[in-house]
Amino acid sequence: MTASDLFIALPELFILVMACLIMLIDLYLPENRRGMVSFISVLTLLFAGIMVMRWQAVDSSTAQYAFNGTFVRDRMADVLKVFCFIVLGAVFVYAKHYLRVFKLMCGEYYVLSLFLLLGAMVLISAASLLTVYLGLELISLSSYALVALNRDDRRGAEAAMKYFILGSLASGLLLYGMSMLYGVTGSLSLSDIAASVAIAGDNVMLVFALVFVVVGIAFKLGAVPFHMWVPDVYHGAPAAVTMLIGSVPKLAAFAMAIRLLDNGLVPMQGDWMAMLTVLAALSIIVGNLVAIAQTNLKRMLAYSTISHMGFLLLGVLAGTAQGYSAAMFYAITYAIMSTGAFAVLIMLSKSGIEAENLDDYKGLNQRNPLLAALMLMLMFSMAGIPVFVGFFAKWLVIQAILDVGLLWLAVVAVVFSVIGSFYYLRVVKLMYFDEPETTDKVTAPADFRFVLTVNGVAQLLMGIFANALIALCVASF
Amino acid sequence: MSAYLTELTLAHFLTLGAILFSLSVAGIFLNRKNVIILLMAIELMLLAVNMNFVAFSRFHGNADGQVFVFFILTVAAAEAAIGLAILVVLFRNRNTINVAELDDLKG
Amino acid sequence: MDMKTLLLLIPLLPLAGSIIAGLLRNQIGRAGAHWVTILGVAASCGLSFYVFKLIALDGMAAINTSIYTWALTDGIRFEIGFLIDSLTVVMMTVVTFVSLMVHIYTIGYMRDDPGYQRFFSYIALFTFSMLMLVMSNNFLQLFFGWEAVGLVSYLLIGFWFKKESAIFANLKAFLVNRVGDFGFLLGIAAIVASFGTLDYAETFARAPEAVGQTISIFGGAEWSLLTVICICLFIGAMGKSAQAPLHVWLPDSMEGPTPISALIHAATMVTAGIFMVARMSPLFELSEVALSFVLVIGAITALFMGLIGLVQNDIKRVVAYSTLSQLGYMTVALGASAYSAAIFHLMTHAFFKALLFLGAGSVIIAMHHRQDMREMGGLRKYMPITFITAWLGSLALMGVPLFSGFYSKDLIIEAVHLAERPGADFAYWCVLLGVVVTALYSLRLLFLTFHGKERMEESVRSHLHETPLVVTIPLILLAIPSVLIGYFTVEPMLFGGFFQDAIYVAPGNDVIGEIGHHFHGPLAMALHAVVTPVFWLVVLGSAAAVMIWFWKPQLATWFAQTLSPLQRMLDKKYWFDEVYQFLFARGSLKLGNGLWRYGDAGLIDGALVNGSAGIVGRLAVLFRHLQSGYLFHYAFAMIVGLILIIAAFVILDKGMLEGIF
Repeated sequence: MTASDLFIALPELFILVMACLIMLIDLYLPENRRGMVSFISVLTLLFAGIMVMRWQAVDSSTAQYAFNGTFVRDRMADVLKVFCFIVLGAVFVYAKHYLRVFKLMCGEYYVLSLFLLLGAMVLISAASLLTVYLGLELISLSSYALVALNRDDRRGAEAAMKYFILGSLASGLLLYGMSMLYGVTGSLSLSDIAASVAIAGDNVMLVFALVFVVVGIAFKLGAVPFHMWVPDVYHGAPAAVTMLIGSVPKLAAFAMAIRLLDNGLVPMQGDWMAMLTVLAALSIIVGNLVAIAQTNLKRMLAYSTISHMGFLLLGVLAGTAQGYSAAMFYAITYAIMSTGAFAVLIMLSKSGIEAENLDDYKGLNQRNPLLAALMLMLMFSMAGIPVFVGFFAKWLVIQAILDVGLLWLAVVAVVFSVIGSFYYLRVVKLMYFDEPETTDKVTAPADFRFVLTVNGVAQLLMGIFANALIALCVASF
Repeated sequence: MSAYLTELTLAHFLTLGAILFSLSVAGIFLNRKNVIILLMAIELMLLAVNMNFVAFSRFHGNADGQVFVFFILTVAAAEAAIGLAILVVLFRNRNTINVAELDDLKG
Repeated sequence: MDMKTLLLLIPLLPLAGSIIAGLLRNQIGRAGAHWVTILGVAASCGLSFYVFKLIALDGMAAINTSIYTWALTDGIRFEIGFLIDSLTVVMMTVVTFVSLMVHIYTIGYMRDDPGYQRFFSYIALFTFSMLMLVMSNNFLQLFFGWEAVGLVSYLLIGFWFKKESAIFANLKAFLVNRVGDFGFLLGIAAIVASFGTLDYAETFARAPEAVGQTISIFGGAEWSLLTVICICLFIGAMGKSAQAPLHVWLPDSMEGPTPISALIHAATMVTAGIFMVARMSPLFELSEVALSFVLVIGAITALFMGLIGLVQNDIKRVVAYSTLSQLGYMTVALGASAYSAAIFHLMTHAFFKALLFLGAGSVIIAMHHRQDMREMGGLRKYMPITFITAWLGSLALMGVPLFSGFYSKDLIIEAVHLAERPGADFAYWCVLLGVVVTALYSLRLLFLTFHGKERMEESVRSHLHETPLVVTIPLILLAIPSVLIGYFTVEPMLFGGFFQDAIYVAPGNDVIGEIGHHFHGPLAMALHAVVTPVFWLVVLGSAAAVMIWFWKPQLATWFAQTLSPLQRMLDKKYWFDEVYQFLFARGSLKLGNGLWRYGDAGLIDGALVNGSAGIVGRLAVLFRHLQSGYLFHYAFAMIVGLILIIAAFVILDKGMLEGIF
């Protein structure tokens, strides 16, 4: 380890130090000054963002390695990290209001979220099996604890336990796959593995290992049939935590797929393409179908996540630079839209009761036209209606698989996204054409409303000016 | 055949690892009573993986695998701590740790 | 400030004004709304004049620049871009200037309307859309602007959305424009399909290669590709520029507030079709058939729509039919390959027709929103400014020598005379007779409104007075170009090669060039007019009008009685509405009903939609039950998934079995 190693990993180290500091600060803050923690956390993100952007890898086309080649900093890592900061910043603003309303205001949320972010950053920059595992576990352990944040909630505890068991099972499977990879190649470094695998050729051990690795990735993304945790955790966790789990870890999971499959196992592309094809098709089909039968918005969004992750996998499985950048675009835009949707849910929640039933959205237009309009934009974007950014995300991944000749998969994706638009439009219908059940005013602090407005309008603006973000994603591969 | 019975090879260790791994996986989905058994199964699974890593490390003659084992052990400790903490929360809220009764969230 | 930013500001300033006036209408209030939009449009107008100066006077080369690439697929770029040449700068200045006048005028006209801010937001949005349309350098943006101006037009026709007739007119405009837009879209699609680009310059460059290419549309009949493209595009122009038989929406659009009639339904939006055809001149020039089609349609519109204007009693409807007729003149010019004359007439017409509409609006304000000319008369005493400006506008419209309309209209007639394509003779007679008709209805309007007996109710008469300054100043400002602009611009615009960079005329078709050989300055042209039939036709029409409506008003009644079948035909507007109502509206209603009952309700709803929805619903419930809530089921699903993947890739793949250790 040298000083330059530390310099390359500076944003990560900064987040680590700040997470520890915030934990200490929180101990000494009086109850009524807890809002400070949120403020410091957002500042931390801001500074980390500046660090990533200021000390960008000097030449973006070459990657910089650190810690004996276990940690890498490249264009993709930088872009993904910056979007992690942006999304998490929005999450922090939304969460402050939620934690206040639900009387959960404490430093743990922020500290655990920052540790989760640290895990995500390590995973995004992973260049060896060891860093992949450590990043993944850091994300997982933080999120298990976060799901159980509300210690007096039956559902939260149940969701946490389910998440913990299934998550541990998944990381066990992934580790088993990693051990076999190590066994065949004798190395933990992803680039060495890629080189050895290319020489080893067809080897049943490798296919075994690949299956286990793919299962690990599929679990993290929540692809069918490794999706069972998603609805229960989304439903059972506090909305502020659900929002978090739907954002940063998805970006990290995308990076994990790229690191393991493209950087590490690219010689076996044919095999993992076929596996992901099945998983992606199943995710799109099951996610969209089951979402229709939901009456709970959190569960509905959970199933919608499953289908969105299917779409994201379409880009990955194309195995081309075009596909990867499309998937990256999808991951980023998805993280932004799902954060916005949960923010609307939080804004409608009253003390102790989350606005998770679809009936809570009836006549929202009459209660708060702006909020209804924002939700409309978010739902349209998720449904993939043109001009909104979600349309471009879907279009790019579908184009990517068409270019590798998977016409049937594109047809499945389009048909089920049409079926899926039903449940998004149902929300819009409830908001605009039904009579409200209450006439309570919907309010939130100014910073919350501001960030939410930006978040909603961004769906439209990012659609109209999609090219900038697309160019950023394309330049990452 | 005779060599397989008389001396220990890499295959022996891998077989042991595989057996342990299968046992732990089976433990997770066969057990319908006690959450603690699930936690034990998870620990067992990590140990099975460790067995693989150590065996491969010895086979390849490099230390990478053994380093990985240390990390896994550390993480496993943290994981156990969090698992048990969640277990405590679960028990306080529901007065049961029966796996079959964890079914509020479904559908 | 570099050129791109400047060009971008021109459409964006009105847009910003529109957004502010629309979204913050309650915060900024009425005065705020008109200030913000007027400032936006005024700045945009100033910048347009600056760009006009650069291109037209300083001789800067045309600018063709792409601002933003929205998307790229299979080599087709979806872009926002500007093509700024002589044609564009003329349109930009006309649009922003008239728009600015209308903005100012609206302060007076809409003073007491509750939808004041909404109105300003709409007209500023219109200015933005129209600028995007004329400044475009590709078909996608053209189509965007095309639909956006259409949208604002519908919004404004139905501005008083509680008025039954306004809603009807609104729906009618929308439906008729659908027909035109359908053709337009087909035309653009044909261009993309055959040239593989949306860009103007690339299309024009590739068009000559397509001469002689044919496509078969219905069965075996082979059509020339370019003719199909041009006629499809022109059908779009027919909808937007209200050419017969798609003209029926324009007279009804007068249900909207008068400033809108002036801005959208006279000066700018309806000329979008004319502009588009002139812009596409490199395509149209390659298809003689399409040009003939354009010529005949324009001629029919020019004469027969003018005739209807003779029997209308609503002051705005007279002007509306006059607009139809003048649009017909422009179309005739396009058909005769005299594109520059069409644009020239478009420009002069924009000024004097906006003036006439705003004058009519001024009368309507004074008459407390009564529009029937039979209840007017003798207004010249009460509103001298309106009176004078309306006369000036009408003289320009009639084409009296030295007035702006004279130059543009005379040139069109001359150009048709020289044109040699099929239909040119018919068109020539139509436009000649149209001159008489124009004089008749113009003077009829003036005499009925401003002269003769005062026929209004006493309660109205006692309150008659000139309208406020915000109304009269735009009238005066518009009257100046209405009178003068023709005299000063005819030579540089038409005979000085001004449109060389924008309009292409095939060598054999250059009628304007031919006229140019005999052109010796605007004054000589006006003097020469005395020996042309056009002038004497104007005199004839005027004399007849003076006779009928000024000296002997009883003659009008006599004519109406003797020629009652004719009168009835004109009154019923050739029964277009009735036929459409019967054939399309009722017919399609019946067809729709039938399709709905048997096709939709039975087959599609019953079998396909509800059927598939039922299947989807059942599947959803089935999958939902798999999510049992039990941890061991979830783990089991994962393991089964794992084993299935292993089975598929390891066990079934026999070739791999050999690889074991």
